[in-house]
Amino acid sequence: MGRHAAPEINAGSMADIAFLLLIFFLVTTTMDVDTGISRKLPEKQNTNITPPKLKEKNVFVVTVNRTNNILVNGKTYVQVDELREMVIKFLDNGGGLGNPIKGAAPAECTWCEGARDPNSSDHPNKAVISLESDRGTSYGTYISVQNELVGAYNFLRNRLAKKLYGKTFDELSRASEKDPGNLNLKAQVDDIKEKYPQIISEAEPFK
Amino acid sequence: MPAISTASLPDIVFMLLFFFMISTSMRETELKIKVKVPYATEIQKLGRKNLVNNIYVGKIEGEPGDKIQLNDRLADIADVKYFIFAERETVSEDEVPLLTTSIKADMDCSVGTITDIKEELRNVNALKINYSTRKGDIANNSKK
Repeated sequence: MGRHAAPEINAGSMADIAFLLLIFFLVTTTMDVDTGISRKLPEKQNTNITPPKLKEKNVFVVTVNRTNNILVNGKTYVQVDELREMVIKFLDNGGGLGNPIKGAAPAECTWCEGARDPNSSDHPNKAVISLESDRGTSYGTYISVQNELVGAYNFLRNRLAKKLYGKTFDELSRASEKDPGNLNLKAQVDDIKEKYPQIISEAEPFK
Repeated sequence: MPAISTASLPDIVFMLLFFFMISTSMRETELKIKVKVPYATEIQKLGRKNLVNNIYVGKIEGEPGDKIQLNDRLADIADVKYFIFAERETVSEDEVPLLTTSIKADMDCSVGTITDIKEELRNVNALKINYSTRKGDIANNSKK
């Protein structure tokens, strides 16, 4: 007797099997990418360390109360959409000498384009934004305010990066993330970060 | 009229299957609470999923106060630190400083709850956090 050829496996149901798998994956997976506002929390401090003294003009106080009203520097009520403009003006003022950078003598902010008002912040690296919130503030409002504060920094950083390196800060940092070995890009990103450091201080919310 | 050949149908479906397997990620937890994260414009993408711990904060219909969910169960503020410790065990030691805690909170939550969570995170030195938001106009955040 001759040898039988091995019978071919019927592949007709392959499509059904693949469909079943496809539908399983469609149902159990999600496509959304996690996005959000990143923050670094301050480290726990010793309670006996006295906080550094800051000049009043270098601090921009944003207070959000439990009825979600926003108060700036303890005297003016503002709407959320006015906040960004005010923060940009405050940070970019450059009215005096800044903290020394890399051991150099304290110098003026040469890249600021603000009004150089002596009654507003001295230098972006001295300007502190203090965010005070109430325990009863709604999280949505809190995030809106945070978003505007970060937005102000991003605006300034993008403008400076565009001027110095011809690319926005977002593009620079994205390129640097994709190519971590490129020290030149990293130096540019760090340079922008140093010129407009993000200093947002959050006070303990009042009860 | 000859029937259309369906011989390449499995190939097509497999291609689709692989596309979805690669471009999506597993739905990790079933939410017991209602979480509608706020909108923001200045958002950043979060990197590697296995280095992100999720803390959900939201409300349960008809119950007062904010509820916290860690993994698949409701939890208390005091459980946050054990959650972080447990998550640290799941990654190798040199990746521990890269761990990010993503706070996925409902926009109607109170800031107090979030502050308590942040305080707990500071206590265990889990300092990298991310407020989870969707891309959108911030005017939607205050609308009821």
